[in-house]
This record gives sequence, C-alpha cells and structure tokens, in this order.
Amino acid sequence: MPQININGVEHTIDADPQMPLLWVIRDIVGLIGTKFGCGVGACGACTVHLDGQAVRACLTSLADAQGREVVTIEGLSADGSHPVQRAWEANNVPQCGYCQPGQIMQAAALLTQTPHPSDQQIADAMSGNICRCGTYQRIRQAIKSAAEAV
Amino acid sequence: MTVITNVSRRDLLKGAAAAAGLVLGFHIGFRKLPIAEAAETPHFAPNAFVSIDETGLVTIVASRSEMGTGIKTDLPLVLADELEADWGRVKVVQAPADPKYGDQNTDGSRSTWQFFGLMRLAGATARQMLETAAGQTWNVPAGECRAQTGFVMHAASGRKLAFGDLAKLAALMSVPPADQVRLKDRKDWRYIGKPRGVVDLKDIVRGRATYGIDTVVPGMKYASIERCPVYGGEVKSFDPKDALSVAGVERVVEIPATPMPSGFKPLGGVAVIASNTWSAQQGRQRLKVEWDYGPNAGHDSTTYRAELEATAREPGKVVRNHGDVDNAFASAVRRVSADYFVPYLAHAQMEVPNAVAHWLGGACETWSPTQNPAQVRKTVAEVLGINETDVTVYVTLLGGGFGRKSKPDYVAEAALLSRIIGAPIKVTWTREDDIQHDYYHAICAQHLEAALDQDGRVNGWLHRTVSPPIEATFQPNIVYDSGGELGQGVIDMPYYIPNVRCENGTAANHVRIGWYRSVYNIPHAFAVCSFADELAVATGKDPVEYLRELIGPPRILDLKALGVLVDYPNYGVNQLAPELANEYLIDTGRLRGVLDLAVANSNWGQKLPPRQGRGVAVHRSFLSYVAVVAHVAVGNDGEVAIPRLDMAIDCGTVVNPDRVRAQLEGAAIMSIGNALYGNITVKEGRVEQSNYTDYLVPRIDIVPETHVYFVENYHLPGGVGEPGVPPTAPAICSAIHAATGRRIRALPVDPQQLKV
Repeated sequence: MPQININGVEHTIDADPQMPLLWVIRDIVGLIGTKFGCGVGACGACTVHLDGQAVRACLTSLADAQGREVVTIEGLSADGSHPVQRAWEANNVPQCGYCQPGQIMQAAALLTQTPHPSDQQIADAMSGNICRCGTYQRIRQAIKSAAEAV
Repeated sequence: MTVITNVSRRDLLKGAAAAAGLVLGFHIGFRKLPIAEAAETPHFAPNAFVSIDETGLVTIVASRSEMGTGIKTDLPLVLADELEADWGRVKVVQAPADPKYGDQNTDGSRSTWQFFGLMRLAGATARQMLETAAGQTWNVPAGECRAQTGFVMHAASGRKLAFGDLAKLAALMSVPPADQVRLKDRKDWRYIGKPRGVVDLKDIVRGRATYGIDTVVPGMKYASIERCPVYGGEVKSFDPKDALSVAGVERVVEIPATPMPSGFKPLGGVAVIASNTWSAQQGRQRLKVEWDYGPNAGHDSTTYRAELEATAREPGKVVRNHGDVDNAFASAVRRVSADYFVPYLAHAQMEVPNAVAHWLGGACETWSPTQNPAQVRKTVAEVLGINETDVTVYVTLLGGGFGRKSKPDYVAEAALLSRIIGAPIKVTWTREDDIQHDYYHAICAQHLEAALDQDGRVNGWLHRTVSPPIEATFQPNIVYDSGGELGQGVIDMPYYIPNVRCENGTAANHVRIGWYRSVYNIPHAFAVCSFADELAVATGKDPVEYLRELIGPPRILDLKALGVLVDYPNYGVNQLAPELANEYLIDTGRLRGVLDLAVANSNWGQKLPPRQGRGVAVHRSFLSYVAVVAHVAVGNDGEVAIPRLDMAIDCGTVVNPDRVRAQLEGAAIMSIGNALYGNITVKEGRVEQSNYTDYLVPRIDIVPETHVYFVENYHLPGGVGEPGVPPTAPAICSAIHAATGRRIRALPVDPQQLKV
C-alpha cells in the first residue's frame, strides 16, 4: 500500500493509487485545511507543498506523492507563526477564508524561492489562486509585509 | 452545574418594542428580544443572544451566517460594546436554525441594519443587570456602578467586581423592560466604529476553520449526483453497472426530479454513493443515464437575448410614470438612446454547494454552509414529509455565498439520500455541477432614451427593462419583474428629471434564476450609470458636472409622487422593519456626497496618457450610497487594465471600518468580473461553461489599487456587502470610453472591439 509523509507523519494509505492527493488528505487522512475548489488545477484552493514545491493536490495522484514529503496548511507551522500566516493575520486578508490555505501555501513557496518578489512576480506566482471574495489587494500587501519580515 | 434562569424574562416580550424606540433614540427594527431557554443556559443569560458564566466568559450567539462579510464578528461586537465586555473574553458561537433568533436569512445586505438596535439592546440589558447586581452586592445605588471592559466599578469607593463574580446574582434578577434600559452614548462606544479582525481569523490562516465541506459525521457516506443538463429534465432510465464496478462505490440511487419551477427543491438526478468523494465522482463518470430533456431543451441564450432586446424596443408595462414623457420627446431638441445587455452570471463561490444530512427515522439533522437556515429547515421538512421541528439545521462557515447559498436544494438532496441509504451522507457538488446547475443571475436587456432641451438637460427619460424575474424560479407563469427587482435601479432612479417613464417587458424563463450579489442592480446600474455618461459625452460636458446636474438639489425622493406604480420594498425595510422606513428614504444629498468624496480623491480631471481614461458612477442600493471613479488603461491589443479605483461609501454608522473596506475591495473585484469576464451562455438548454477554465473570474493580475473613503455621519447603518458592486462596472465601462472612444453597452467587455 502507498506510503506518504504528510506534515512529518508517515501514513499508509489503503486507496486507489490514482486517487488525487486532495481526497487522500481530506477524506482518508482527515486534514480539512486543504480545500476542493475546481478539481482541474484552475483555482489553487488545494495547494500543498510536495518536497517544498507548491502543487495542486487535485492534480497530484497518491502514486505521485508516494515516498515524498507533503506539507499542508496544518503543517506549515506548528502554531500559525510562519511569516506568511502572521502577515495574513496582520493584514486581515481573509473574507470567507476558504481559498486562503491555498493562497498561503502558494505565497510561502513563492517567498522561499523569491524572498523579495516584485508586484509582477507576485502576480505571476499567485495568478493560479482564485479568491472569489476578491482579497487580492491584501494578499499582495501581506506577501510584501511577509517578505520584509523574513 | 446549577441551572439558573431569569424568572421574569418574559416581561421583556410584552410591549417592549414600541417603547424601546424612545429610549434607544431610534427604533430597534425587531419586535422582541428572544429569551434564553433554561435547559441551555446554566449561566447568566438575560436573553438568547448572550450569556456569562462564573469565570466571566461571555458567550455571544451569531444568528446570521458568515460567508466572508465579517457579520459573525460585527454583530457580536455591537452587543459586546453595549455590554462593556472585554472582547478578549468573548466567545462567539454560530446559531443553528431557530425561529427564536428572528430572521436568519443572511441576504440582501441587511444583517447590520436589521440587528444593530437589537444587539445594542441585548448587550445593554445584560450590562445594566450586572451593574444592578454590583449595586446590591455593595449596598450602593446601581446608578453609581459602571461596567467597564468586563468589570463593574464603583468609583466612589474604588471597588470593582468581575462580570463572572456578578453572574450568579444577576441571573436571579428580573430582566428590565426595554424602555428602562439605558444605551451607551455613541461617544462612549468602545468597539463600534473601530477596525477589528474577525473571530475566525486565526483558524482560517491555520487551516482549522470548518466549512460545510469539512463536516464529518461517523459512518458518513459520500455522494456525487448526475443531474440533467437541461433545466426541468428528468431521468428516463439509467444503468448503474459500470459505476458500481468502481472500487469504493456502494450504491446508485435516483433522486426524483422536482416539477418545474423547482424553487428551492432538488433538481433530481442519479446519485452515486461511495466510501469517499473521489470514488463517488469516478463512479458517476461511468454512469449511463437516459434523460427526458423536457421543454427547455431548445433554450438558446443567443436567440433569447435577441427576443429580450426586441421586447425592450416595444412599450412594456408602465411601472413609473411622471410628467408627460411623450410630450417631452415630441418637443425634444435632441434625442439620445442606447440599448444595454448583461448576460447570465454564475456565482462561482469558492466552496461548491455541499451538505451533510443524517436521517434519524422521522427526524433529520443537517450540516451545511447556508445563508438561509430557516429555509433549509422548511425545504428539508417538505421533501421528507416531516415537521420542521424535526429538522435540525447546523450552520457552518460558508466558503462564499453571494446569494447561491440562500437556496437549500443541495441540503435537501443530502436529506433525501440519507433517508434512502439509512446512513449519514455528504453531498459534494463538483465545480462543473456548480457552474452548470446554478441559480443564475438574470440575463437582462434594456433600452434607454433621453429627451434633451437646448441646454443639453434631460427633460424626458424612458427606461425599459426586460429580464426573467426570480419569482419565475418559484411560481409558474411569472413574466414581469417584481417591485423589489424594479426597485433596484429602475423605478428608484434618483435623477432630477421632470418627465420619467419606466416600463417592464415580459420574459418567459428557462433556467433557475436567483439572487446574485447586488442582484438586479447589476444590469440596472450598468445601464443607468452608463447612460448618464453617454449623455454627458453627447452634450460635451464633464461627466462629473453632468452627474451633479442630474442628481440635482438635495432632497428626499417621494416615489409615489414621482409616479411609481408598483410596490417599492426599499430593500426589505418596509416589510421587515416598517418602523425604520423613514430612516432609510432615498436622499439625493447623500448620493451627491459620495460622488463628491470619490471625485475629490481621484485625480479627476488630471490628464492621462493615450488610451487611459477615467469614468465615474454613483448608485444607491441596499440603503447605502456608493460612488466609484475608475481609472483604466486599454492596451493596443484591447486588454483592459484597471490601475486604480476610488470608492466612496455612505452606509451611515459604521460598525467595523476594516470589514466595510474589505467588502468594497471585494465588491470591486466581483464587479470587475461582471464587467470583463462573466458570461454564462446556453445552447440546446445546456450551459456551455463548466469550470474556472471557461467561466472566468478575476485573478490577482487584474487587481486595482483600490481606495475606500467613508462619509461619516450619524445615520443608521445601511448595507455594505453588495452596494459596491453596482457602480463599479459602469464606472469601468465609462472609463474605457474615455480611453478609447468605444462605448460598452453589452457585458462582458469584448477586447476585440477595443483593439487599435
């Protein structure tokens, strides 16, 4: 049976290896912070880190994730202290909040690769993540303030 | 634990509301303060909205749904302010559906105005009782005791007691009637008017906030439902064999179709039930279903649009008639006319419709992201044939609502399935289901015509609007818009024009039409605000100056005297809180106020590079006034960028300025989507779009630098969630005209038409 490491914990998963990581995380492992939004990689609500890279869990199969390290929003920090999470709080970014775990995971990956992104780099990295409430202005601001804090 | 109840709470119910108005300085918009039930209130609980335990923890009930507006924080803040609670010792809990909380339908941007007074009364009542309890404890007059952030103080002696220490004594006291409750002076407000983060903020950024889709009930199964691609179609037959061969799939069952118009009830279809969401979806892809597509299989949005536009060219039912429009046109120096079009739109809220239901043999429990808990209860009871009192409706956080989650069809699906399979079940729509089976924003065609005098002033105004009414989703043969729909920018048109006629043409409906953030204001404000700009351009005047002329002198509109012939509900005030009706009249001075404020901050009139321009629009909706100045830059390829928006709002008293700001920022983004992207088309009865790949919504690359300004005044609170939407799209479209000379009369904007 496939083994995956989620937030530092090894899980043996009894499921179809083609099952998207999204549903493995949500329905089988029971972590609910990773959200379903579109199922086709078009909205970013299910963004997680796979070996440090931001990926869409709805397009990543269990087989793809086997033997690799998955980090979900629950594992980004133990206590919400990741600079991106703190910046999200300080800027009161969320409205409904549903897309925000995906936004935060995407932004955290961006800042790992590009610690001081320009507006254009933020737009490029974040344009795969939809927020239907329209919190984009604050997302941009929060990424900039997180960049300063890092 | 000791159960303590306040013996005379019922006194509060008797005739309190009438007197309350005098004491509160304004009416409370609610006829009674509900009592807490003894069984659930082991603490000091002077009413159903607040309780305080002996540790001093204050529990406040949020009776309205949280879909991103901040209402779960903001109404409790109002209560906490009057209570003089320490916000750090407040816990907010979400109420299930319960009539004791009054209206829970979180819709129409009305939570704050509807509950502001009641929350104040609820908090002030509790505070006063704690002060009285302190006075008794110290043997001093209650009037010498003052609550302050979780304590009651006696200034003369320097003594103080924590709320928790007073709770037990206060719980034994009778609740003062509303007319004996002293509200705080607004200068003493501690929380109202100050920015505040929402109560779920930490949970959201940690991924711990629970939405409907996150509900887990032990033993729960998962369902995915195939529905007829045409509205009103039914299952002819289906073959479950291949679906059942998918690992994890357990059953395939039919949900009977609701006859059209299906209203709040399920569309029907074939449900695949599995041990997890993925298996249910996989099984569903292998289903073979034969459909009877029904009478809407010929619906085509292109030909339908042409029909609506043809109707708009002909006289319709007169819904406002003032002066003599025919004579105004006959004697006009110049006539200007324009036709406008807005397509069907889908909500596309991030969290798809979903629900968990658990049939308990004669009763049913449900968990869902719903804007309308009472309607969930009613609809679930109806489809199951049980009493409403046997339906329990738990309300989760909503991953967006925008009106979609006012309709409980998806909860009723889960309830029916749970009864069939005899186990709890979660129904999760796919995004394709959501886009293709939505309650769409109404498609709308409009015709406007103005008669101008020799100075370019408007002497006559004709406005025809044609769109399927929402009521057509609930009742057969409804072809005219309601007063409420026409009252969203047509009959309440505020311009100072002597001769006005508004008409409504008929439209037979073919899809589910529903409320979508700001509703009929979207097409109406697009047309009216765009037409004002067209008239300014046609007469060679500055659009801001022209708008000021159109708005005219500050005055209160008397719609009857202005010839309105249909019922004007004024966003529900007249029905839900008639005692507040005179507080929320249409005030052109306030309209002018927001216009001036937005313009003053917008660099209006300053020169811009080629293919850039500014546009302005101002509109009243949901009892608030919003003006927008948009600055756009149109590329040679026709792509529209929006570097900046300046938005001014007059929503009266502001509870949480940070959330008002957020609502306007978000409304602007939604309106940008309506202007530039949103477009649901139908062919052979089937919606042609399916996901975010072909139903486009704004992404971060379009976000403008958005500035929000407040008109500060002492008016009662107005709506905030929706009013930012209507004026933004026309301001953008007028800016596009200023930038390119091309007039946008149909949405969404087609970049091909803006190419150099």
